[in-house]
Amino acid sequence: MIPVAFTYKRAGSVSEALELAAEHGDDAKFLAGGHSLLPLMKLRLAAPEVIIDLTGLRDLSYVTDQGSHIAIGALTRHHDVEHSDVLRREVPLLAHTASQVGDPQIRHRGTIGGSIAHADPASDLPATLLTLDATLVAQGSDGSREIPVGEFFQGLFETALEPDEMLTEIRVPKPAAAGAWSFQKFTQRAIDWAIVGCAVQDGRIGLVNMGGTPLRAAAAEAALSDGAAPADAAAHAAEGTSAADDIRATRAYREHLARVLVSRALTEASSRV
Amino acid sequence: MKVDLTVNGKDITADVEDRMLLVHFLRDVANLTATNVGCDTTSCGACTVLLDGESVKSCTVLAAQASGHQVTTLEGLAADGEMHPVQRAFHNEHGLQCGFCTPGMVMAIVSMLKENPHPTEEQVRQGLEGNLCRCTGYHNIVRAALAAAAEEKVTA
Repeated sequence: MIPVAFTYKRAGSVSEALELAAEHGDDAKFLAGGHSLLPLMKLRLAAPEVIIDLTGLRDLSYVTDQGSHIAIGALTRHHDVEHSDVLRREVPLLAHTASQVGDPQIRHRGTIGGSIAHADPASDLPATLLTLDATLVAQGSDGSREIPVGEFFQGLFETALEPDEMLTEIRVPKPAAAGAWSFQKFTQRAIDWAIVGCAVQDGRIGLVNMGGTPLRAAAAEAALSDGAAPADAAAHAAEGTSAADDIRATRAYREHLARVLVSRALTEASSRV
Repeated sequence: MKVDLTVNGKDITADVEDRMLLVHFLRDVANLTATNVGCDTTSCGACTVLLDGESVKSCTVLAAQASGHQVTTLEGLAADGEMHPVQRAFHNEHGLQCGFCTPGMVMAIVSMLKENPHPTEEQVRQGLEGNLCRCTGYHNIVRAALAAAAEEKVTA
């Protein structure tokens, strides 16, 4: 399969990438690792006229301990998130989630920022960052701004980013109980997207693929904070969700999976305290 | 557009379409046909090559993205007529049946052993989650990876 013809531009810096984005507007797409965008282009579900390749911006690949939070450059690859000593120590949930994305080859190319900006509700990292209450930093021609992750995902493949903005950094506050985490993912085959997944940390529960965006399981979180046992809280995991009916699973099956996986995740997280 | 790649140590400059995929560059421009197109959807791993020493699926990388970088294909593994230890292990352990997945499997294992020279069987199986064998000959492929790791241990 071959994408529709496009013009390839390689950005040498953030400002050059932003200039190219401003110049080409809606006709252009940023390309990071390319492991979400290129498959869509090959299937001709996406046909941008201009591709702005960001992979040369090596200074946006980093993981640094900032005291109260960990700062992660948007172009940090899943492989580097997975193997980061800082993240394994301070936010093991995030390092583990990165290790569950795709397969080793995909993790050698895909980036955390690309995954977030693509905003596929079936992706693992958006739900985990929602669970970790991360802050996203976007750079535009007028400077940068912070976007709480809870306001970032606005719909299927839609984010709060403006067309002339790019995601540059992800800030993850250090969890209160970093060790008490869990990530669960149910797939048909090893490298498939999650039919349903969930992440748990500090009493927050994030859901993968239970709606058009990653979601917090608010009713289950409320039950948990009222002192419900993991299995009782998990019974509320599908409340307020809007999972799809599709070729892989019915909505009812996804809701069942959400309850089962959240129960497992809460039990595992509490056993790690 | 003009791209300039180093493939198996050799500099290759060519004028290609911006949309050309790395796997097509390797097969049709560099005439290196060990790298197979299998699923063409980033799933099967038959097109796995090393980009700057790390395994990638060349059906999901643009030739333009690889410009200025080093690519290693299966053809680049053997040195001085001697098979690479992973190739030798596939031969000894009968790690292939029809052979279609083999180039990708070998390259994925070369990359895996570089990152983790002494993997457990479980780690080998996890490390090959991105490579499918339609003959389902996984047991001997895993044995080959473990044999190659053991051999490298001896020679290291």
